Amino acid sequence: MIILYAIAIWAAGWWLNVKLAKGAQSDHPIVKILIPAIFGITVILVWELLVRGFDVNPVILPAPSSIGARLLVEGPRLWADFHQTIIKGAMTGYVIGGIAAFGVAVLADRSDFLTRGILPVGGFMAALPIVGTAPIFVKWLGSDWESKAAVVAVMVFFPILVNTVAGLKDTSAMQRDLMRTYGAGYWPTLFKLRLPAAMPFIFNGLKIATTLALIGAIVAEFFGSPTVGMGFRISTSFGQLALDMVWAEIVVAALAGSAFYGAMTLIEKRMTFWHPSQR
Amino acid sequence: MKSILPVLTVISAILLFWVVCVPPMNMHLVADQAQRDDLVVTPDTPAARQEFSGAGLALRNAHLIPLTYTFVRPRLPSPHQVAGEMYRTIIGQKITSKRSLVYHGWVTLAPTLLGFLIGTSLGILLAVGIVYSRVMDKSVMPWAIVSQTIPILALAPMIIVVLGSMGIQGLFPKSIIAAYLSFFPVVVGMVKGLRSPDAMQLDLLRTYNASKSQGFWALRLPASAPYLFASLKIGISASLVGTIVAELPTGAKAGFGARMLVGDQYGQPLVSWAALFAAALTAAALVGLFSVIERITLKRMGMAAT
Repeated sequence: MIILYAIAIWAAGWWLNVKLAKGAQSDHPIVKILIPAIFGITVILVWELLVRGFDVNPVILPAPSSIGARLLVEGPRLWADFHQTIIKGAMTGYVIGGIAAFGVAVLADRSDFLTRGILPVGGFMAALPIVGTAPIFVKWLGSDWESKAAVVAVMVFFPILVNTVAGLKDTSAMQRDLMRTYGAGYWPTLFKLRLPAAMPFIFNGLKIATTLALIGAIVAEFFGSPTVGMGFRISTSFGQLALDMVWAEIVVAALAGSAFYGAMTLIEKRMTFWHPSQR
Repeated sequence: MKSILPVLTVISAILLFWVVCVPPMNMHLVADQAQRDDLVVTPDTPAARQEFSGAGLALRNAHLIPLTYTFVRPRLPSPHQVAGEMYRTIIGQKITSKRSLVYHGWVTLAPTLLGFLIGTSLGILLAVGIVYSRVMDKSVMPWAIVSQTIPILALAPMIIVVLGSMGIQGLFPKSIIAAYLSFFPVVVGMVKGLRSPDAMQLDLLRTYNASKSQGFWALRLPASAPYLFASLKIGISASLVGTIVAELPTGAKAGFGARMLVGDQYGQPLVSWAALFAAALTAAALVGLFSVIERITLKRMGMAAT
């Protein structure tokens, strides 16, 4: 019976979306948000009904309602984990890695020879499984947040480096000639022309790095952590078969990841408002 | 071709940095060992040595620096130690042996490739659906983009355990993670690619009275090839990372991830480092393979980017 409800809800949600997407208002900003929202709510409702209908063991897949309950009840603990992993581990590493990559990129940019070497090597390093260094860093720097920050810093370093170096090269000969006719030296050219021109590239690297930072911080906690942190909670809750707690941490991680990415996109919009892709 | 020299320069700079880091990183351990072997060490108690940084200790005991490069259980092994270990475990062993990195590499590579194949095929299918169905575009596409910002890789070990408790073991659970990770880059890239023909090209097909399926096979699919290859290269390295992470903390017995953890837990850092570099080489080989296929295919299609 419940399964029939689930099918009915799925059909209703889909029908509603077809109506909205084909309707006259389909390009209205509210409708653009409404359609994916309806899709998401439909999936959650069907999930809830199926879990109840088939009596799925909560050890395998908990119902959305019990995950929601966990989120409400365990608020303080989730906040502590968030603080340990995201604020201390991921953010610190992200800032360190970002500044280091930016510094190296600006230095390397002075030599065309180095730039030609760094671009392929950095691009290659960015594709490597750097998360694998997590056990090594935990051994070197201990199990607290410092080792997580180090893993994150190394992971975000290469994408940001490659994008910044590529961005700093992205000025046309005419623009550079114009600066020269103004009598601008290296630094004014860097700050007034090349850095602004590199901004879209730098933000691209920063946005790629947001997800990497969260992954690095959480995965590194699997190899040793104090008794707080999202990775720690995920692996211990698993041991206790408290899958709803694991899912609650996943929801927090997903929200944090989207918020982090969203924040970067917002800053990008404010800083590169002149770029064609933002207009 | 002209970038070979700069690339080599950057690589040797990295290697040089590594070599310079070895003595300070290992000095405390080497000094303790040297004292047990009755060599002269200043200062001569471990407690006093803790007062010094690795670099300071190395300067005071310059005669011990060569030993840091050949130490058996280093904190940071030297490049030639890692290379030696890799040589021993890749070439020196029979590939069926449990000590051979080729064996462990295959254990990791097989689920990666299977998962990549599943993820890519499903991704292309969904992308076609999104391009041709307005409802799917509006309802699924935002979620596909949002899902890229979610650190799903962190859950890889857990997915393995859940599937394991349901009785699904072996190749398949790891493939699911590899498939998931290659899925979304392919969806996003293919949607972009299938939409890349401009209005004039679409109009031309309309004047030919081409059907929807003809438009797909003759225009949209070929036009999406460059985007597809870009996504494939992201997808294959994401798949490999996913499989390795999935192997790391789950007590897997074989595979690169398992080797990294075994080396870490049983005090054999060389094993971890060799596995790490072998994984890096595998990733490089896979991405390189796709670059070659990309270059050949695009050239034959007349789309090569000079």
